[in-house]
Amino acid sequence: MLRLERRPLPSARMRLLAPLIAALLMFVTGFAVFALLGKDPLAACAVFFVKPLTSLYGLGELLVKTAPLLLCAIGLAIGFRANVWNIGAEGQLTIGALAGTGVALAFGDTESHWILPAMLIAGVLGGMAWAAIPALLRTRFRTSEILTSLMLVYIAQMLLAYLVHGPWRDPDGFNFPQSRMFNDWELLPILVDGTRINLGIVFALLLAGLSWLFTDKTHAGYRLQVAGLAPAAAAYAGFSEKRNVWLALLISGATAGLAGIGEVAGPIGQLQTTVSPGYGFAAIIVAFVGRLNAFGIVLAALLMSLLYLGGEQAQIDLGLPSAITGLFQGLLLFYLLAMDAFVNYRLRRVVRAPAASGAAA
Amino acid sequence: MSVETLIAMLASTTAAATPLIFAALGELVTERAGVLNLGVEGTMLVGAIAGFAVGLTTGSLTLGYLAAALAGVLMALIFAVLTLQLQTNQVATGLALTLFGVGLSAFLGKSFAGQPIAGLPHLSIPLLSDIPVLGPLLFRFDILVYASIALYVAVQWFLSRTRGGLLLRAVGESPAVAHAIGHPVQRVRYAAVLFGGACSGIAGAYLSTALTPMWVEGLSAGRGWIALALVVFATWKPLRVLAGAYLFGGVTVLQLYAQGFGLHVPSEFLSMLPYAATVVVLVLICRDRQTILLNQPASLGKPFHPEL
Repeated sequence: MLRLERRPLPSARMRLLAPLIAALLMFVTGFAVFALLGKDPLAACAVFFVKPLTSLYGLGELLVKTAPLLLCAIGLAIGFRANVWNIGAEGQLTIGALAGTGVALAFGDTESHWILPAMLIAGVLGGMAWAAIPALLRTRFRTSEILTSLMLVYIAQMLLAYLVHGPWRDPDGFNFPQSRMFNDWELLPILVDGTRINLGIVFALLLAGLSWLFTDKTHAGYRLQVAGLAPAAAAYAGFSEKRNVWLALLISGATAGLAGIGEVAGPIGQLQTTVSPGYGFAAIIVAFVGRLNAFGIVLAALLMSLLYLGGEQAQIDLGLPSAITGLFQGLLLFYLLAMDAFVNYRLRRVVRAPAASGAAA
Repeated sequence: MSVETLIAMLASTTAAATPLIFAALGELVTERAGVLNLGVEGTMLVGAIAGFAVGLTTGSLTLGYLAAALAGVLMALIFAVLTLQLQTNQVATGLALTLFGVGLSAFLGKSFAGQPIAGLPHLSIPLLSDIPVLGPLLFRFDILVYASIALYVAVQWFLSRTRGGLLLRAVGESPAVAHAIGHPVQRVRYAAVLFGGACSGIAGAYLSTALTPMWVEGLSAGRGWIALALVVFATWKPLRVLAGAYLFGGVTVLQLYAQGFGLHVPSEFLSMLPYAATVVVLVLICRDRQTILLNQPASLGKPFHPEL
């Protein structure tokens, strides 16, 4: 019989290994799923996990999709460290895209180098404003930010639908629900010819580095960490819970907003009814798989981006629904949570039920 | 407004409220045992596709609903093993369950999208359903509407009148004390979580086979989250869940009829109503800190393992 037993100290080795084992288990499950669907599992895995990376364009796409995931995840991770559960990054991303587009449309066809920076700033501010709502409701009325931030996702998406079907619809766009195409000076510059890699990934990596500095080297970051690990100690030390909630939500709103304007001023090039295939939700998984640590999150974002590309590739080559991506994302997080248990606990084989256990606990 | 319109509106309100009642009452029982399962939305989606797929392929909606309940139980079982056995964070695990359910249902549902299904038939109780006004208001619904009321009665009775209900509430308030007296805390929590899963599964199937008899990716559209909000709004009391569900059903239906009343607001803004209402209602109820503290199960969301 197997029994769960608390480790005297959390296992540092397991803490590092858990995400790797989780990813491995996800690959194994993927193998089994492909076999169950009647595909040659080895070939299917090659299509899903390897083929997207075999061309320069494919590698570029990996980075293009990594950028929004990474941006959202580093913001969310800062909140999660402090037990602030912003799960509405998808909505903040949408509002970021709206705000940035609003600036572009307001300037019409006027050409200026200042429009793109203004769009980016508007995107950041838009995301922050949207995240400020759950922050205000939590600090003022103690309303769960989980539920409010999530409800605001749906509201943001309705707002987007209204704008692209109504006032912002391209008059020359044959009635398609989308804004006009952005002009060259309104788009993030492409960095590598032959790919769609743009400035977005640079922002994302830069901010990942900054987030590491913030969480590990500043007092504000320390306060957030204490609030998450030991709320009572944080309160005793006089760290303001309200300030933490505001800080965590505003930061994650800002990065999600930047991700949103980065999508419409990047790979999409206009405002459409859908600006993200769920990056804001996938980023929750990225944050956890990356251990809420900036470096880990970069790796996790790359893996998650590969899952998106693999899903698209599987749809083209194998005729499988691309929704398989979501299945893998969910599995990955389950496996990670299960493996996480073994950081603090270990399995012990017991021959007979021991008498008077639990004294050590 | 004519009487016919009003009757039609109240009837649609009842239909819209039914899945919320199932999901929220299930989650209420789970939370009263001290477990916070944020996976309602994902479980509903998996229940929706399971009920639809089995109902369509076998031609029997009874089997469809059984399949949906079973799918819900299986989803809840994943959650229970992770949170109760392996002591994972309940918030993170619930989110994982929802993300997984969204992905799984979209994947399984691809081949069923756009297929028509004969929806759950409306009962027509002889004589009673012919009474003017009261007939259409009370006696012409599908069987799940009556089942949702029966579920409310059962949950209310179980929680307040039975030994099992008392035990479940004790486990939710203080698992350590319940364990010390010798009660099977883990077994009670497992049962509560699985019951919640079954209810969410049925709620999902109601969406895909009765409310809008078809499968669309993500058709629950946040109803699982609204059900979670309803439990808070209801301050963990079954009767208030019932009232809240009808209130939200009403808001959903209002948006459909608003255009007809000559209210010229873009439809997107009307579609925001249920979500905005959820936020407003949460704020109103959470503003009163005392009520929440008095009614919230004391150990809600906190891990407990008898052997660790």
